[in-house]
Amino acid sequence: MNNEELKIKITESFPRAIFEEGGEWVNIFIDASEWKSVATTLRYEPGLVFDFLFCVTCIDWKTDFTMVYHLTSTIHRHTIVVKARLDHVLPEIETVSDLWRTADFHEREQYDLFGVIFLHHPDLRRLLLTDDFVGYPLRKDFEDPVNMIRL
Amino acid sequence: MLEEIGTTDEGNMIINIGPQHPATHGVLHLVMTLNGETIIKTEPHLGYIHRSIEKMCESLSYRQFIYVTSRMDYLSSHINNHGCALCVEKGLQIEVPERAQVIRVILDELTRIASHELWWGAMAMDLGAFTPFFHAFRERETITSIMEETCGARLTMNYIVPGGIMMDIHPDFQKRVKEFILLFKSKFDEYNQLVTGNIIFQNRMKGVGILSREDAISFGCTGPTGRGSGLECDIRKLYPYEAYKKVEFEEVLETAGDSFSRYMVRVNEMLQSIRIIEQLIDNIPEGEFLAKTKAVLKLPKGEFYQRVETARGEFGVYIVSEGGTTPYRIKFRSPGFSNLSALSHMVKGGKLGDLVATMGTLDLVIPDIDR
Repeated sequence: MNNEELKIKITESFPRAIFEEGGEWVNIFIDASEWKSVATTLRYEPGLVFDFLFCVTCIDWKTDFTMVYHLTSTIHRHTIVVKARLDHVLPEIETVSDLWRTADFHEREQYDLFGVIFLHHPDLRRLLLTDDFVGYPLRKDFEDPVNMIRL
Repeated sequence: MLEEIGTTDEGNMIINIGPQHPATHGVLHLVMTLNGETIIKTEPHLGYIHRSIEKMCESLSYRQFIYVTSRMDYLSSHINNHGCALCVEKGLQIEVPERAQVIRVILDELTRIASHELWWGAMAMDLGAFTPFFHAFRERETITSIMEETCGARLTMNYIVPGGIMMDIHPDFQKRVKEFILLFKSKFDEYNQLVTGNIIFQNRMKGVGILSREDAISFGCTGPTGRGSGLECDIRKLYPYEAYKKVEFEEVLETAGDSFSRYMVRVNEMLQSIRIIEQLIDNIPEGEFLAKTKAVLKLPKGEFYQRVETARGEFGVYIVSEGGTTPYRIKFRSPGFSNLSALSHMVKGGKLGDLVATMGTLDLVIPDIDR
């Protein structure tokens, strides 16, 4: 499916999704509370079948967070980028580790570095940093007086 | 006896493998729950060499950050650099001279062979044979010498800059690469005689660490790990970039999904890499090797994603730019990270001794996972 066909299909399935122009792939913005149902549709709907989650990113915009999920289909070979905006004080989003099992690790990483809470995640612990580490280093307001991470 | 030491309530034993363990090839820490010799649960603990490269890159310019990426997957440093340069070039819409495109791809493939050689030697060593390591390093040494002559470094090449390559190739480059191709072809049969055909190796690898195609997709496995399970995931074929558009090669696929399949994919991939180099080495176009770019690079506001095929799988660079001289947020999708997420599933229910055979064929490079 090319990008134009995909856009039509997405508009049918999720009337409330907002498209973002630019980039080589279809970019959609959704409400964070809808993510789980959107993800389930994207994963299982015939014609879409986004079965390959290859990148999970969180971006700190200082006033809010944006979660970015890069999905592709190994059957139809189309790619979509799904974004959801999260609150800065209490960033929460549903986990998708039951739909794409690799999300387990990716979500733990984003929890570790940004403090995003993935609801109903089976094992939400720090992955890269030590368990007693205080703070979330990839947030823009993080300052560490001991370890220099700014060059 | 085993049940008496460090047991859980169910009578299972918990042991630590790593962080300092020869079979993990770096500082990977696995906490394993065992019932006798059978693995019940594996829990990887990462981050022993986490340097927060993504955060560092936020304060580096678009010319500087490429050098940090060599320190992630140090065995495919050239390909990491390539991915980053392509992403910056995509943002700035720089047209890379054809000469640079071809040289980049030749060096990519040499890097891939060098990486697979090291893996092949280390893999055999994991399973108890020491000699293959020296056989592999004999040929790998030739590649590192070629790299040293042209790039000035043996491991962290840093040869690629946005717009092309840093300097022109060494005058002897083509001659040396052709010599290497002849050498490699004459030695390749030795590899198969020594390891591939060896019945002890086959017995240790066949039917071990099975990853089905569905699981490979679900766990986001790419590279030889995914292709060993029959998943077509070669970025060079699916989304060709630069000179890969015009070369002919086969995507090596195996369907069994066990350790031996992943082994065969890597071994045969070396031959395909030789095939790509053979097609390009006599056809390096004359001309410029570096496009004219501004002294200070500024990416327009927006998001750019570029993926390349490293020796371990799909490497992605995701740059979010606010229009400044440094990236606002940069994300590296490292192949090893996703491949490792499948490890606990693959070894579950198997024997402890098979863990090494499974982990070896995943070809984990820990700095790539920890970043």
